[in-house]
Amino acid sequence: MTRALLTSALVAATAAVAAAQTPAGRATLIKGATVLTITRGDIARGDILIRDGRIAAVGTSLAAPAGATVVDATGKFVSPGIIDAHSHIAIDGSVNEGSLSVTSMVAIQDVIAPDSIAIYRALAGGVTTVNVLHGSANAIGGLNATLKLRWGATAEAMLFAGAPPGIKFALGENPKRAGSTAGPGGQQRYPATRMGVIDVIREAFTDARDYKRQLDAHKASVAAGKKPLVAPRRDLQLEPLVEILEGTRLVHAHCYRSDEILQLLRVADEFGFRIGTFQHALEGYKVADEIAKHGAGASTFSDWWAYKVEAYDAVPYNAALMTERGIVVSINSDSAEEMRHLNQEAAKAVKYGGLTDDQAMRLVTLNPARQLGIEARVGSIDVGKDADLVIWSAHPLSTYAVAETTYVDGTVMFDRAADLSRRAASAAEKAALIEKARKATDAPRPADRRPTEMSRPQAPAPGALEGAVR
Amino acid sequence: MRLRLPACAIALVVAMTCVPPRVHAAPDLVYALRNVRIVPVSGAVVASGTVIIAGGLIQAAGASATVPRGATEIDASGLTVYPGLFDALTDLGLPAAAQPAAAPTPGGGAPVARPASSVRGPQDRPGSTPWIQAADDVKPDERKFETWRNGGFTNALIAPKAGLLPGQSAVIALAGERTSDVVVRPAVTVQASLTPTGGFGTFPASLMGVIAYLKQVWIDTAHYGAWLDQYAANPRGIERPPHDRAVVALHEAMKARRPVVLTAVTATQIRRALTLAAELNVSPVIAGAHQGYDAVDALGARKTPVIVSVKWPEKARDSDPDADEPLRTLQFRDRAPSTPAALARAGVPFAFTSDGLATPRDVLKGVKRAIDAGLVPDAALRALTLSPAEMFGVADRMGSIEAGKIANLVVTDGDLFDEKTKVRMVFVDGQLFEQKDATRPADAGGTRPGVPAIVDGGVR
Repeated sequence: MTRALLTSALVAATAAVAAAQTPAGRATLIKGATVLTITRGDIARGDILIRDGRIAAVGTSLAAPAGATVVDATGKFVSPGIIDAHSHIAIDGSVNEGSLSVTSMVAIQDVIAPDSIAIYRALAGGVTTVNVLHGSANAIGGLNATLKLRWGATAEAMLFAGAPPGIKFALGENPKRAGSTAGPGGQQRYPATRMGVIDVIREAFTDARDYKRQLDAHKASVAAGKKPLVAPRRDLQLEPLVEILEGTRLVHAHCYRSDEILQLLRVADEFGFRIGTFQHALEGYKVADEIAKHGAGASTFSDWWAYKVEAYDAVPYNAALMTERGIVVSINSDSAEEMRHLNQEAAKAVKYGGLTDDQAMRLVTLNPARQLGIEARVGSIDVGKDADLVIWSAHPLSTYAVAETTYVDGTVMFDRAADLSRRAASAAEKAALIEKARKATDAPRPADRRPTEMSRPQAPAPGALEGAVR
Repeated sequence: MRLRLPACAIALVVAMTCVPPRVHAAPDLVYALRNVRIVPVSGAVVASGTVIIAGGLIQAAGASATVPRGATEIDASGLTVYPGLFDALTDLGLPAAAQPAAAPTPGGGAPVARPASSVRGPQDRPGSTPWIQAADDVKPDERKFETWRNGGFTNALIAPKAGLLPGQSAVIALAGERTSDVVVRPAVTVQASLTPTGGFGTFPASLMGVIAYLKQVWIDTAHYGAWLDQYAANPRGIERPPHDRAVVALHEAMKARRPVVLTAVTATQIRRALTLAAELNVSPVIAGAHQGYDAVDALGARKTPVIVSVKWPEKARDSDPDADEPLRTLQFRDRAPSTPAALARAGVPFAFTSDGLATPRDVLKGVKRAIDAGLVPDAALRALTLSPAEMFGVADRMGSIEAGKIANLVVTDGDLFDEKTKVRMVFVDGQLFEQKDATRPADAGGTRPGVPAIVDGGVR
């Protein structure tokens, strides 16, 4: 342990810090903070008791159990961990399987990069849970992964246990490949229009319905004691669509314009499924009643628009207007940079639209939790929920607020002071390694040093993480 | 540098009746290596003993062995004999990877993967030629074989490498004139790659697409198997199962429980490959494994065999010397050679691959780096001999110096991992290759152009 702390990088050091603070049964008491519960208002000079990774008690003047770590947060603010309902961080390889218009067979879960530095930086912005989505290159994209940002853990251990599965859909310019032409000898992928996008979705669900009939018929025949012939072939492309039809998989539909939102609502009604969340939905304010009536959520940007034609008719009041119409609204980042200050993005809905502080905070906590179907575990500071907490230097809706400590499951995953104090050791280790490598390269070299798949340095390129098609 | 032996020696051997007939073209000479230090790998070192080689096999090895009449006696005083070294993954002797053609070859030419432009999904089996057998395609390449023999290598697992399911590997011996001479065991492992082969517009265009594809093709294989069984039992009233070449080949390979080789370098990639293997219900072999030091728990859980690449990560030669590099990249480069030691401690079986290194000297230097990083030399030797033989199901016939095993041996004038040591003799299938000028293994073939890497770059 000592050696790890002294010689390892951010990754190992943080894991070591985390390990030191998670013995099962060990309790932590955060004292004297303004606690933003989200569900029950704010508690001045409030305390939070964490035990076994869960919130054990919330109130004032709580007594520290024997052996508990006591954190003095006097003058500070504690909020639930920020939840980002739309992100593309921590993906190995392409964010899009861009080849086909229906790629429901691919899953983000298979390609999580748990050592992506974007995770650590998100924690530094108070983010604790992320909906990692496939890109928007196709009408029906890949399956999502809801992650708890347990920095230092394996990809498998980061998956949010019990989170309902989801899938990415996309409408408009991206799936119709606006502005992209096929290369020499290539073919322009269908669809090329908005009506084509809807056709692709309708056709896919027609296939899924047939496939479901086959599966059901097979099940019935087995149940009836008949010895049926070969079971229908499992189809990884259609299986998730059947789950949508059966209501067990959430649809996160990338969209901008009101007309395409209505188009998708009609297809969903036609096939009898529900859209979980309209993602971006910059024109959601125009069709808020229809979205609300359908029961879909909306996850939008604060004031980010006009980066393409379909994003021109946006207004910064979008989140507030949709909230007023009864939609569960969240503000998402869609960006490894913006996700580090989602608290400030939420604050903009106070200025534009006059949401209360509580309503604004909900845009990045409880509401995205509801959209992801994980509100029983996270999204507010309530007894029994996961201890995913952020200690802020000021009210998180303030421009001056800085995340000082971020807890996931009661474990410190980011601590500003600890990070700063580690930097000298990291720099020294780096210098030592550079020196060691320099000495080694003075020795004779092998004849062939061309990199291969195995020998190519595999650290993720920082830029590669943010190349999502919006 | 082959030693030509006098014709009278050949005549003597032919006269002998105790030697079984050889299937190989090599002359049936009988050798007695005397006063040699024997490192059998499977047992204790014999400080000075005799190894009898006849009929391509080790007839006897030990402190005292009766030298048959007429044997060519070689006084090996001061020399050490080891089992021949084994490159656990290479494409030595295989034709250059065929690129998917723009259109199917008319007239039944060489089988190629389906042209990318017609791939509409998993059903079109992109980049899949699992029916290709290295054992069918290997062409003994004496020039290259000699380079590796001169460095002490007598065996290799050779594998095709184009596409997502490139084909199946074979264990070969590094001497022989015809395909039939060199193949020790065909159809050993099924090769799989997670590197997308297509561009943005061709399925699968992403890592997640490749994984999804492999899952689907394995599902289809199991489905085909079940269907085929029913159809074989009684075809009446059952639609016939479609003949899908890729699926048929995979079905047969899975029925034979052949392991699947997956390339995985970082700890995350290793864990991902193991998760995928579990989902496919296959026995994985991990190739690459430079960051295996951080995935020992996962590899140790089921003692997954690992083929460690000794082409250790290095800073690109043309990189800006002033460019800043993340600490984790520096740590990765520094710690990669400690992987074999970590695997050894956890009892994970491992072997070494040259991974495109041009010469056996480079391979041994790479192994030496692993030893410097904590690997016990005995364990390093085992990883170059008996471990790959066990991994690839040929330990009953090779990998150690034991009576009855194939006479694949390397004789050196010192410790194998000492840079000053020279390879003096190599036996392959009992055939002696002597180094006339006893060049250091180091220098053998040093100027030869690079052998292509096991897996080409692909898209990143």
